[in-house]
Amino acid sequence: MTTAAAIAQPPVPIRGGLARFARRNPTIVIGGAMLLLMVCIAVLAPWISGDPFTVSPADRLRPPSFSDFFASGKIDRFGTDNLGRDIFARTVHGTRISLMVGISVALLATLIGLGIGLVAGYFRLVDAIVMRVMDALMAIPSILLAIALVALTGGGIAIVIAAITVPDIPRVVRLVRSVVLTVRERPYIDAAVSVGSPSRKIILRHILPSTIGPLIVQATYICASAILVEAGLSFLGAGVPPEIPTWGNMIAQSRLFLARAPWTIFAPGICLALVVLSINLLGDGLRDRLDPRLARRM
Amino acid sequence: MTETAPILEVLDLRTHFFTQDGVTRAVDGVSFSLAPGETLGIVGESGCGKSVTALSILRLLPPKLSRIVGGRVVFEGTDLLTLHEPAMREIRGNRIAMIFQEPMTSLNPVLTIGEQIAEAVRIHQGASRKEALARAVEMLKLVRIPDAERRVGDYPHQFSGGMRQRVMIAMALSCNPKLLLADEPTTALDVTVQKQILRLMLELKERIGSAVILITHDLGVIAETAKRVVVMYAGRVVEQAEVTALFDAPLHPYTRGLMASIPRLKHNRTRRLAEIPGIVPDLRTPIPGCAFAPRCPLATDRCREAAPSLDDHGGGHFAACWEAGRA
Amino acid sequence: MIAYIIRRLLATIPVMLLVAVIVFLLVHLAPGDPASVIAGDNATSDQIAAIRATLGLDRPLWEQFAIWIWRVLQGDLGQSLFWNRGVAELILQRAEPTVSLAITTLIFAVSIAIGLGVLAAWKAGSGIDRSVMGLAVAGFSVPVFVVGYLLVYLFAIELRWLPVQGYRPIAQGFWPWLERLILPSVALGLAYLALIARITRTTMLEILSEDYIRTAQAKGVATRPMLFRHALKNAAVPIVTVVGIGVALLISGVVITETVFNIPGIGRLVVDAITRRDYPIIQGVMLVFSAIYVLVNLAVDLSYTLFDPRVRY
Repeated sequence: MTTAAAIAQPPVPIRGGLARFARRNPTIVIGGAMLLLMVCIAVLAPWISGDPFTVSPADRLRPPSFSDFFASGKIDRFGTDNLGRDIFARTVHGTRISLMVGISVALLATLIGLGIGLVAGYFRLVDAIVMRVMDALMAIPSILLAIALVALTGGGIAIVIAAITVPDIPRVVRLVRSVVLTVRERPYIDAAVSVGSPSRKIILRHILPSTIGPLIVQATYICASAILVEAGLSFLGAGVPPEIPTWGNMIAQSRLFLARAPWTIFAPGICLALVVLSINLLGDGLRDRLDPRLARRM
Repeated sequence: MTETAPILEVLDLRTHFFTQDGVTRAVDGVSFSLAPGETLGIVGESGCGKSVTALSILRLLPPKLSRIVGGRVVFEGTDLLTLHEPAMREIRGNRIAMIFQEPMTSLNPVLTIGEQIAEAVRIHQGASRKEALARAVEMLKLVRIPDAERRVGDYPHQFSGGMRQRVMIAMALSCNPKLLLADEPTTALDVTVQKQILRLMLELKERIGSAVILITHDLGVIAETAKRVVVMYAGRVVEQAEVTALFDAPLHPYTRGLMASIPRLKHNRTRRLAEIPGIVPDLRTPIPGCAFAPRCPLATDRCREAAPSLDDHGGGHFAACWEAGRA
Repeated sequence: MIAYIIRRLLATIPVMLLVAVIVFLLVHLAPGDPASVIAGDNATSDQIAAIRATLGLDRPLWEQFAIWIWRVLQGDLGQSLFWNRGVAELILQRAEPTVSLAITTLIFAVSIAIGLGVLAAWKAGSGIDRSVMGLAVAGFSVPVFVVGYLLVYLFAIELRWLPVQGYRPIAQGFWPWLERLILPSVALGLAYLALIARITRTTMLEILSEDYIRTAQAKGVATRPMLFRHALKNAAVPIVTVVGIGVALLISGVVITETVFNIPGIGRLVVDAITRRDYPIIQGVMLVFSAIYVLVNLAVDLSYTLFDPRVRY
């Protein structure tokens, strides 16, 4: 089974078939809906929650309380941390950083990897060199690479995004290259070459479309793992600066209060897990739908 | 046929497959019986249910997709369909053994030939590893694999297709089964090897005294080997007779069609090979009449409306056809 | 076979050399100057220039690389800026906890993952299968430190069954050693377990529909030997491959796990180096971990011949 089969699949019926689509692809719908909710929360963060920075020593380590949940000015929906800051507000604002990093890394890694992969797959000379570099890059533990970059430059969101993107590129390159190598052997490419199409045109018109299905799937997985890595880096103190409320930072700052105030760790922790879970579910669903070759293997 | 108790009696066997697109009646009321030591041939086109019949006897069909919905498979007096799985396992490979069509994929690539032959002996005869391996060497010699002592430690990929089928035979016969199910044992082999394997199988069967059900689509193979023949079409038995009676005077139009499609050197070479027009019917929709009617040159309205029963037309020659014997 | 191993070992040299180049360039081309890091925030430009000279940072890049790689090949990974000791020495000192954690995690994750994967494949489509696969997706999704703190909270703080954190050398007794590794191994191993369980299930599903499985059943082979002797051995190659690739997950996870559980291993060495900007340590650990990854995957490649007689070198 190759990617051609993925593309030959009938288009998803939109009208009238929504219920059936949901029944056949429950993971896409569940994951997609959860992710959409998270995106809404991220976008609306300033309006649906209080200020994440206000320090209130009188309200230190208050446990979560669910009474008057929607009352404005309430700061202990998810409890408060050791400085009396509103964990709900911080968690809601943390969604923004997580999703921004996840989506940026997914887009960057996919686009850069696609470019390198297309060229490497199509031109044999470049291929040997590029793939050795990719092998080397894959051998370096991604979190260490990111730690090194952040430690040397002093950090910041842009650096974090770059540091997470670099180790993900080889994954995309390998995928694109393998698709290109299979597609290259098809008769219609020979036909295009024989009528004198320039290689740039062959790549864009004939090869690129075959990579899209598998790439979308890969991008989802990269997004999920990027969110995890960003949280990990923040947790280790090698990520986004500590004054910015990210889930990793929140957990790192609450480490010492695990026994006394577990909510300080588990509120952001559970959100983190839910976001990553929803993206992974979406990825699994898309994989089954768009990339039967990969679905068979994993 | 003398009146000994049959070793196997299949009565009105029905095996259905359950798929997303509906129920396929792969075996739809098949009956036959087999005397000890007898060789019975089952012929038919691919998809007619002959392999499913064999797999149903051993209950080896995938349980999620298929179910034996009716009938009885009486082996040495017990109905196999009522046995529990552990009891069934004691019969498989021991009292009833099976040889499959594809020697290239039917042997486990990561276990040695010796281990694979010895396994049945160890399971069913409680033999030690050493005894079982000795038995494996003995079996390999029996199926005439040269240098058996050394080759017993080899892996399947080190054998050719014909050699692998010999190994399969050795494996099947290692526990002296009372019944051997051979599902197209020579189809995947080179023509030159086919005869050897078939002869070897029948010779060993005589020595051990097993009964054999030989499943094939090749009437030529049946003519040489079997004593009685069951002809299947679309999950049903359409004709059953002694080999000579069947070849001398086939009663069912389908059997006649099958025979006409065998190439013969004796006849004049300009004659075109006959073929049966049409295709095998879709088994997902119930067929009220005779399943062969749409392809049958003799079909009448009665054929399309009511299924003919399998009747004796004299001397144990059964046929399920309203027009049986009409030329 | 030995000739092949030597050939493959030689083939890893270019990869390792490229790793070294990347690690080297990372430090030397990244914005931010190692010399000013060493000198501290209040250093004058003269002081920084002096440090540059002693470190050889004023020489051409290729020359710096040649000197550095020559030392690395002799086992000299440079001097820690904070500890004033050799990086190689520091790594060796911290190796025991990290190796212990890696081994217990590997044993925990691989044995359970294979059991679950086989079970899910055998019961494909059932409730068991669905729960195992659900667990696998969750395993990928919950970060190591969240699982870690959850385990600590439940089993150490609430139930008081196991110690909260720390490490005891195995020389001080097997149980004290193991006791402190149980929770870290579970936290670290979860994602790895999920990965292996998934590949085991997929591969086993394919293999269970093979003809030779039916042959085994026709012989009267019982379920357990059918699954483990006939099927699992055929599934070994893809599973072992993923076990090797997944080591990357373990290496990244070790750094976080050691922080959560306060284990004084190589991971903590790196994390402590972040705030001190002790870049020789980060560089050294990167090299060592990359080499381990490459060697593990080489070992995996070579192990194929153990599982599949058709593979011959």
